[in-house]
Amino acid sequence: MALILNEEQSMLRDSARGLISDKAPVSHLRQLRDSKDETGFSRELWNTFAEMGFSGLLVSEQFGGSGLGAVEAGIVMEEIGRTLMPSPFLATSVLAASALSRGGSEAQKSQHLPRIADGSLLAALAVDEGAKHRPLQTRMQAIRSGNGFKLNGDKALVVDGHTAGLLIVAARTAGSAGEKNGVTLFLVDPKAKGIARERTIMVDSHNAARIVFDSVEVNADSVLGEVDQGYPLLESVLNVGRGAVASEMVGLSEEVFGRTVAYLKERKQFGKPIGEFQALQHRAAQLYIDIEITRAAVLKALQALDADLANAGSAVAVAKARAGTTATLAVQEGVQMHGGMGMTDQFDIGFFMKRARVCQELFGDSNFHADQLARAKGY
Amino acid sequence: MADLEKFRSETRAWLEQNCPPEMRKPMTSDGDTFWGGRNAKFSSEPQRVWFERMRDKGWTVPHWPKEYGGGGLDGEEAKILRQEMAAIGARQPLTSFGISMLGPALLKYGTEAQKKEHLPKITAGLIRWCQGYSEPNAGSDLASLQTRAESDGDDFIINGQKIWTSYANYADWIFCLVRTDPVAKKHDGISFILFDMTSKGVSTKPILLISGYSPFCETFFDNVRVPQSHVVGTINRGWDVAKYLLQHERAMISGMGERGVGRPLGQIAADSIGADAQGRLDDAVLRSQIASFEVDEAALAAAAERAVDLAKAGQAHPAFSSAMKYYGTELNKRRYEILMSAGGIDALEWESERSRGGARPRAWLRTKANSIEGGTSEVMLGIVAKRILDLPGA
Ligand SMILES: Cc1cc2nc3c(=O)[nH]c(=O)nc-3n(C[C@H](O)[C@H](O)[C@H](O)COP(=O)(O)OP(=O)(O)OC[C@H]3O[C@@H](n4cnc5c(N)ncnc54)[C@H](O)[C@@H]3O)c2cc1C
Ligand SMILES: Cc1cc2nc3c(=O)[nH]c(=O)nc-3n(C[C@H](O)[C@H](O)[C@H](O)COP(=O)(O)OP(=O)(O)OC[C@H]3O[C@@H](n4cnc5c(N)ncnc54)[C@H](O)[C@@H]3O)c2cc1C
Repeated sequence: MALILNEEQSMLRDSARGLISDKAPVSHLRQLRDSKDETGFSRELWNTFAEMGFSGLLVSEQFGGSGLGAVEAGIVMEEIGRTLMPSPFLATSVLAASALSRGGSEAQKSQHLPRIADGSLLAALAVDEGAKHRPLQTRMQAIRSGNGFKLNGDKALVVDGHTAGLLIVAARTAGSAGEKNGVTLFLVDPKAKGIARERTIMVDSHNAARIVFDSVEVNADSVLGEVDQGYPLLESVLNVGRGAVASEMVGLSEEVFGRTVAYLKERKQFGKPIGEFQALQHRAAQLYIDIEITRAAVLKALQALDADLANAGSAVAVAKARAGTTATLAVQEGVQMHGGMGMTDQFDIGFFMKRARVCQELFGDSNFHADQLARAKGY
Repeated sequence: MADLEKFRSETRAWLEQNCPPEMRKPMTSDGDTFWGGRNAKFSSEPQRVWFERMRDKGWTVPHWPKEYGGGGLDGEEAKILRQEMAAIGARQPLTSFGISMLGPALLKYGTEAQKKEHLPKITAGLIRWCQGYSEPNAGSDLASLQTRAESDGDDFIINGQKIWTSYANYADWIFCLVRTDPVAKKHDGISFILFDMTSKGVSTKPILLISGYSPFCETFFDNVRVPQSHVVGTINRGWDVAKYLLQHERAMISGMGERGVGRPLGQIAADSIGADAQGRLDDAVLRSQIASFEVDEAALAAAAERAVDLAKAGQAHPAFSSAMKYYGTELNKRRYEILMSAGGIDALEWESERSRGGARPRAWLRTKANSIEGGTSEVMLGIVAKRILDLPGA
């Protein structure tokens, strides 16, 4: 398969770009932040996403979606990254749709997937517990109780956790932190008794929540996949999410870079455009090269996810690690090369820096993924 | 698609049958590379067999037209052949500047007579070429070169000096940049010309490198007589040919280094350093350097694949090979810094049998030239800034 977008994929990119750049430029995020919007995203725009078929991109046609893959999800995420649009797309259409499609029973699928596709259901994946992404360290307890389970524990950085109508929660039914065996995924109603949700306003003005589970009762039907054997499913879903976030970072990096190069041509000091100074030219060229190489690595990972999900781990680790370091460099150079202007809130560049920091942490930062690669290679 | 799958299975079967086991092992010394040429010698019988089988199939240069001794493969087929060769670790049967540099320039700018004369001798490994670009006072600023070619009837008389001419002392022919118009602006008076290194007046003097090897030379021209018909492209428009050739040279250099084949670097390091109780390399800082290196290496491999696909789809920027050259060479230097650190004191031996004549430190030192030869890293960044980013006054 060629490592470029095919015709349909290019068309998808164009239509996503058209919609997002028109309806949700960076000023859209700024407006949501400044108005302290309760939900942190635009419901109206989400409905448009559904009408255009984006919300059901990964949902099979049988359940009202378009049955596309990680490459297509990445295309939409990249466009989201260009304008930093806050959107349920990642949590609902990528993570939850993948989890349900891959792990769900027929009943679970037919209950939830059509509502994801039509935009009426928002969902969230609750995995992280500590300061860093360590899915294997999942400690949250799910103890058998009657015909079901009782959940106890805390989750953090649950993307869209406060707006979701459905939570997918990773908990331990057996084993201890560090073991793959014993992890189980549950579908949980966020209104269930014992759940406390706190929306956490984050540095990037995107949505996240901390959720406390205090003896939350769920029945046996709420298990997604198999009891004790949820880790491989979780890992696959996370990998699709990592590919998606890596794509978002490619879009973000490229946008920051484009704005910075434009500024280098426009801003004059010492009687000439600052883009004439070789000290800046070489750094700009290095950043361009980094972004191009990262773009290739990310597309490679997305294609690997579609071709053979179970064996895409190393390609995804490479992509997420690269995307993290590239985005970090892009936003730092972006601010630096804008001089004093780059430090102002009035200027958009800072929004990119903030979002890049969050994307780094989401589903494992560059260090985590480089370490994963090293483990996979046996050293 | 079905045709390509058939091509893949046939290719796989053919390689399985024809590639000798010895030619599937990673190269360990310079002698493992077969360069061809009038004085070429095979370093082993499997090397000869492998070369001849691939030559007869046209696969020393799979993507050149059949009429010039190539394999006539299209882009997809050539990619499949590369993948299948990589899958079994098959070595390149023939390496030469004729393949990676001169050939592409001849295919684009050469006359039919020039193509018929030179390309089949390249694919058959009969003639070995060297590159006469750099001069003592024309390195990065290549266009300021001073080697003169003066008209004399149907010939040019060439006088001057080149430097850093790789393998000039082994080469049969040279492709050379000469000044044919001394008064024109510096880019507008250069011609690209071919001549035999045994011509009267050509002499070479090897230069010793920090690696202790001497693969390149000073090359002197003292009234060398060359027919004007040996000019490729138009007289005084040689800069176009030179630049086009450099794009190919840079693409080739960016691919140097044994990317992704053989054992992972971290395991090589563990051989000498050891592992901790959890099986992790017992040098946490080096381990993290290796891990980030391998992330970047895998990403670069994807970028190289993508660059080929973009070119095939007509979406490539012509200056992109400079971007790849920059990254690939800097990465290869990183690889060898890691290898030296991983080897510790064992990697410092220069002459012993044990160290295969200091293979590792010599290779390490050789990689330092990667970001100089074919245009320095700084020059590559300048090209990206100017031609791709369109930054002012670069
Ligand atoms: C938080 C903050 C507090 C400040 N406080 C004060 C204060 O109290 N008083 C005061 O007077 N000022 C203050 N400043 C202003 C500060 O000194 C300027 O922002 C700084 O000198 C850079 O100028 P500039 O913003 O116009 O950027 P520019 O000069 O436009 O620079 C833009 C980019 O171009 C680069 N560049 C410019 N020229 C060259 C060159 N020749 N070669 C290579 N690169 C070049 C710069 O390094 C930068 O990356 C403050 C700025 C900030 C951010
Ligand atoms: C192993 C090896 C093999 C080679 N093989 C061949 C060959 O076969 N044929 C051939 O013709 N040549 C060959 N070369 C020569 C090579 O192309 C030149 O060395 C190279 O182009 C640099 O020229 P220079 O050595 O004169 O360095 P210089 O141009 O003097 O550069 C010195 C330093 O200044 C920097 N610099 C120069 N100009 C700029 C600028 N504008 N901006 C910023 N920095 C700048 C350079 O990047 C470099 O770091 C070979 C070189 C090596 C090391």
